[in-house]
Amino acid sequence: MTDVTRILVTDDEDGMRLGVQRALRKYVASFHDLDCNVSFELDLAASGEEAVERLKENSYDLLLLDYKLPGISGIEVLSEAKKLCPDALVIMMTAYASLDIAVSATKQGAFDFLAKPFTPQELRATVRQATKNLILQRQAQKLADEKRRVRFEFISVLSHELKAPIGAVEGYLELFRSGAVKDEETQTRIVERSLARLAGMRKLIFDLLDLTRIEAGTKQRKLEPIDLGELLRGALELVEFSANARGISLELEVAPYMIFEGDRSEIEIVMNNLVSNAVKYNRDNGKVMVRVLKDARGYQVEIEDTGIGMTEKELGKLFGEFVRMKNEKTRHIEGSGLGLSTVKKIVQLYGGDIRAISEWEKGTTFKVELPVQSV
Amino acid sequence: MNSNLKKIVLLVDDDVDFLEQHRLFLETENYEVVAAHSRREAEKLLETVTPDLAILDLMMDETDDGFVLAYNIKKKDAGVPVILVTAVTSETGLEFGTVGEEGSWIKADAILPKPIRFEQLKREIHRLCKTDKI
Ligand SMILES: Nc1ncnc2c1ncn2[C@@H]1O[C@H](COP(=O)(O)OP(=O)(O)O)[C@@H](O)[C@H]1O
Repeated sequence: MTDVTRILVTDDEDGMRLGVQRALRKYVASFHDLDCNVSFELDLAASGEEAVERLKENSYDLLLLDYKLPGISGIEVLSEAKKLCPDALVIMMTAYASLDIAVSATKQGAFDFLAKPFTPQELRATVRQATKNLILQRQAQKLADEKRRVRFEFISVLSHELKAPIGAVEGYLELFRSGAVKDEETQTRIVERSLARLAGMRKLIFDLLDLTRIEAGTKQRKLEPIDLGELLRGALELVEFSANARGISLELEVAPYMIFEGDRSEIEIVMNNLVSNAVKYNRDNGKVMVRVLKDARGYQVEIEDTGIGMTEKELGKLFGEFVRMKNEKTRHIEGSGLGLSTVKKIVQLYGGDIRAISEWEKGTTFKVELPVQSV
Repeated sequence: MNSNLKKIVLLVDDDVDFLEQHRLFLETENYEVVAAHSRREAEKLLETVTPDLAILDLMMDETDDGFVLAYNIKKKDAGVPVILVTAVTSETGLEFGTVGEEGSWIKADAILPKPIRFEQLKREIHRLCKTDKI
């Protein structure tokens, strides 16, 4: 990346202005670590008044400003510059480099000093340092902007996802009011669908709370020994009812005393999500098999189902926020699309990893690696 | 068209509840409804059915599925009124033109923000069907 830094040089001595111009005109500052080269464009002003005029008309990145000017002083130009061109860095040049001048100019927001007389090398070094600061500032700004943008996008999608179930339930209520719902069968179906959409919305809110809690990192993590077998039995119990209703069998293969050091509520979020997905996205009369394996590095929990599976393309998007696969098989299944992104974040907190292997219409296996903490 | 026959409305949306509600509503209004969950399903239907009106969700599997479908319907028969529905306008501030407006390229006769009110939909349908052949 090549950038141009615009500099305004203000000095009442002709020789000084021209000397600075000569030293910087062909200078290119290279910042390898920032992947950036910067060249310089200079404007010259012979008095404070002229400098202020220039500042009103143009924008500058850097000001080289003589402290002692005949008309309005360098300090006055400095305070004017802070108003007209607030992002510009100011380097004061002065023959009487005394401490109190330095202090008062710094208070007014000067970035650095150059004591006259200075060599071209000294000038370049000072300008280079200021330029580096400018670049870092801009990069930080860009990062902050990007963060804001991502957040805004998240909230737009979220509000869209929250509005959808409200719209659906409203629609059904409107139908009732308009008298379009006549037979009992339709009535029942509408009530069931409304309840399902509301349940989906509740899940979204819970998932959202889980996600933000993990992301904020404010929650006190309470590390304790967790018996993975017991925790997984709990996760399977939660889905037992819906699994039975669809003839889905649940199997757990785990040796006793598989103890993992972690925060119970976090590991519960991981396992509950994966187990509930394995039922939700299963076929009727299918199977869910959960296995816990242990090796030198830690635990591997596998959650395998015989469900709808995913295509290669769908697998690529998995673990993203609000990602839900849209196809004829998932159409009637409620979900938030937040579960797996939270799961992944938690697993990464433990230095672990999660992967999915899947075949469309055959089934999916999630593999969670939880390394034993080396504390 | 035989006026004794019910008019056919093609309804396309990936939200199952949207389809269900609008099918129920349109049926009480005495239309015949053919429904599809995706552009692909709709295109298959269009091979055998010629609708008198189409109500299409804008964003389905792809963000422009509704546009593409509208375009294809109009290409086959420019006289079929098309209503696009979308939930995105309010968030993104997008503004769409419609067929009547100058310079617009979107092939739709009306664009309604979601959630649509049944009364509003009814008005739109009457407006479009009065000026059209059906
Ligand atoms: N076991 C699975 N089998 C098939 N598809 C799955 C499975 N688990 C997750 N998915 C797909 O990944 C998507 C995201 O899952 P998740 O983040 O848990 O959200 P949700 O289930 O709430 O939609 C689901 O919508 C589904 O399409």
